[in-house]
Amino acid sequence: MNNPQLNARGELQHLLSVEGLPRETLLHILATADSFVGLTDRDVKKVPLLRGKSVFNLFFENSTRTRTTFEIAAKRLSADVINLNINTSSTSKGESLLDTVDNLSAMHADMFIVRHASSGAPYQIARHVTPHPHLHVVNAGDGRHAHPTQGLLDLYTIRHYKKEFSQLSVAVIGDVLHSRVARSLIHGLTTLGVPDVRVIGPKTLLPAGVEQLGVKVFHDMNKGMAGVDVVAMLRLQNERMNGPLLPSAQEFFKSYGLTPEKLALAKPDAIVMHPGPMNRGVEIDSAVADGPSSVILPQVTFGIAVRMAVMSILAGN
Amino acid sequence: MKIHIKNGRVVDPRSGTDAIQDVYVAAGRVVAVGTAGAAPADFKAQRTIDATGLVVAPGLVDLSARLREPGFEYKATLETEMHAAVAGGVTSLVCPPDTDPPLDEPGLVEMLKYRARSLNLAHVHPLGAMTVQLAGKRLTEMVLLQEAGCVAFSQADALMADTQVLWRALQYASTFGFAVWLRPQDGFLAKDGVAHDGQVATRLGLAGIPASAEIIALTTILQLVRDTGARVHLQRLSTARGVELVRLAKAEGLPVSCDVSAHHAHLSEMDIGYFDPHCHLVPPLRSDRDRAALRQGLADGTIDALCSDHAPVDEDAKQLPFSESEPGATGLELLLPLALKWGTEMKLPLARVLATVTNNPARIIGNGVGTQAGVLAAGETADLCIFDANTMQRISAGTLKSQGKNTPFLGYELPGKVRYTLVGGLVVYEG
Repeated sequence: MNNPQLNARGELQHLLSVEGLPRETLLHILATADSFVGLTDRDVKKVPLLRGKSVFNLFFENSTRTRTTFEIAAKRLSADVINLNINTSSTSKGESLLDTVDNLSAMHADMFIVRHASSGAPYQIARHVTPHPHLHVVNAGDGRHAHPTQGLLDLYTIRHYKKEFSQLSVAVIGDVLHSRVARSLIHGLTTLGVPDVRVIGPKTLLPAGVEQLGVKVFHDMNKGMAGVDVVAMLRLQNERMNGPLLPSAQEFFKSYGLTPEKLALAKPDAIVMHPGPMNRGVEIDSAVADGPSSVILPQVTFGIAVRMAVMSILAGN
Repeated sequence: MKIHIKNGRVVDPRSGTDAIQDVYVAAGRVVAVGTAGAAPADFKAQRTIDATGLVVAPGLVDLSARLREPGFEYKATLETEMHAAVAGGVTSLVCPPDTDPPLDEPGLVEMLKYRARSLNLAHVHPLGAMTVQLAGKRLTEMVLLQEAGCVAFSQADALMADTQVLWRALQYASTFGFAVWLRPQDGFLAKDGVAHDGQVATRLGLAGIPASAEIIALTTILQLVRDTGARVHLQRLSTARGVELVRLAKAEGLPVSCDVSAHHAHLSEMDIGYFDPHCHLVPPLRSDRDRAALRQGLADGTIDALCSDHAPVDEDAKQLPFSESEPGATGLELLLPLALKWGTEMKLPLARVLATVTNNPARIIGNGVGTQAGVLAAGETADLCIFDANTMQRISAGTLKSQGKNTPFLGYELPGKVRYTLVGGLVVYEG
């Protein structure tokens, strides 16, 4: 089975998942992002790497935040950006996913940024656009499967603060079952050689056989937090707070919310990440979210540089 | 029509025959099997088929083939699927009641039987719906449905949440000696799931169906069999523990039989690869360990039969992200190749392999259908499949007669090519 993300020369053709990407490719993306981080501090923030290219934001699932960061990244690369919120347009008129893609391909799109509620949808789009080798697909989050640019910006943030991956302990905490962010981060960490990746959560929010992703499982947050360098919190969706998975948000916070007391169990210089939007008082206490260990806002800044790196690398291949 | 089938390797799973012999067919029946001199005195062949190098076997009997009529003609029609059946050497098939409307009224069954008969291809044996509209609430008129031609009763893949209704259905069916065919799956545990709750679903972020969904339902069914004495055929097992439970139930003497789909005998969750919608099946493809147990269970007889679980799906319904795609795969034409592949890999004698797709499934359908299918012997109906066991065929959309081209085996090279199919002593397919 060919890796659908790579072209015949082994270069990145699409970014669909962190899983299956060679370590060198991940490091190349992070290094390329370095060159864009400085750019955002300048008065003139644009570079002409994608001038004349059309980037389509295909959002089959709403997300203002992610769409905006992709839009900013594309515009700083001088691309033309077209935003399509598809769940409010053609598919509600009965047009199929692939018909939509065919139409946009015929408009000579150069890149599709795809967000979809179903795991694997970007793979299907990538397969479908094989006849257009200049067209690149970037997965901006598919179901529970992957959110590779988020995973990459998390890796970038970790590298920024911790410099090295080979000695780290990282804890991923909360609703791993439904989290594409967790999957992308975990694959990235294991690929880059992080020796100790932990997941912490109740059994109802951890997928079957999660250990096979190369992580250690903790149900007791106090034990799982001991001595970690990086704390990656996950968002708990509202609809999962009361039902068969969890009795209440309050009880979840009591067992798995990140409070200053629990954070004190980590290394003194530990950093706290969160992909946003945060549920304060559910998965994270405001004192931590706004505290000195939090790198949540720098994550957002790095996210733009990482997305610029991904788009410029794809456009060059 | 008198046909002389010359010099073929005659394999009859019931008797265990496996020898180079001639078969003589007249007036719809096999009149003699044996050496060249075995022909009845007055036998003058109107047609001679040279079967040198070919296997002459009973026609295949498939325990699960959706023909999609009535109601889903955009997926497939009776005509296309019946041609697919005989192209696959299948001469008898059982169709589940999950049509639209479901087969819950005698008139619908009569119409289906009539339409199938008028095509003069394979024999169609419908399963009647066990409950009205397959809704799992009210029993259907089983006696009338049986008179109309239903060979047993089933919920297809519809939810059967209410164990009170299941209990009563088994009691009622067993009152009249009717068999009930059930695919064990707990609807609550399976809700929203699209793949085996295991490592692949975890990696790909697909909603899982735990093995417990099958095991719990199976445990419930077996207890109700113990309680009611109903004859139950368990359809399309998918788990290792399920095979173990059936083994124990048979040892205990419960009147149960079971089958596995050809897909599950060959594929596992790993074959989903990068979200291949062709591997979106019901029940889900499970772990390699489960697959190994299913293959072994079929070899040691715990699992009686191999079925195609034929489910043609229209192209558009598969051109969707994995979890939104319609489950199912086309299979009538792959049943023989996949049986042969399994048998070769398990190093089983051909008669034993063919038993899982001929004599064993025919026994499960029962004698109530009039003729004895799945047997090649003098005096029996001449439903025959003559095939070349050694030719490998590459499976492609172009080679499939079924309207559904959806199969995980596209691109595979599989053994076995059907050369002639006879139904009721007439050649209905030549390939």
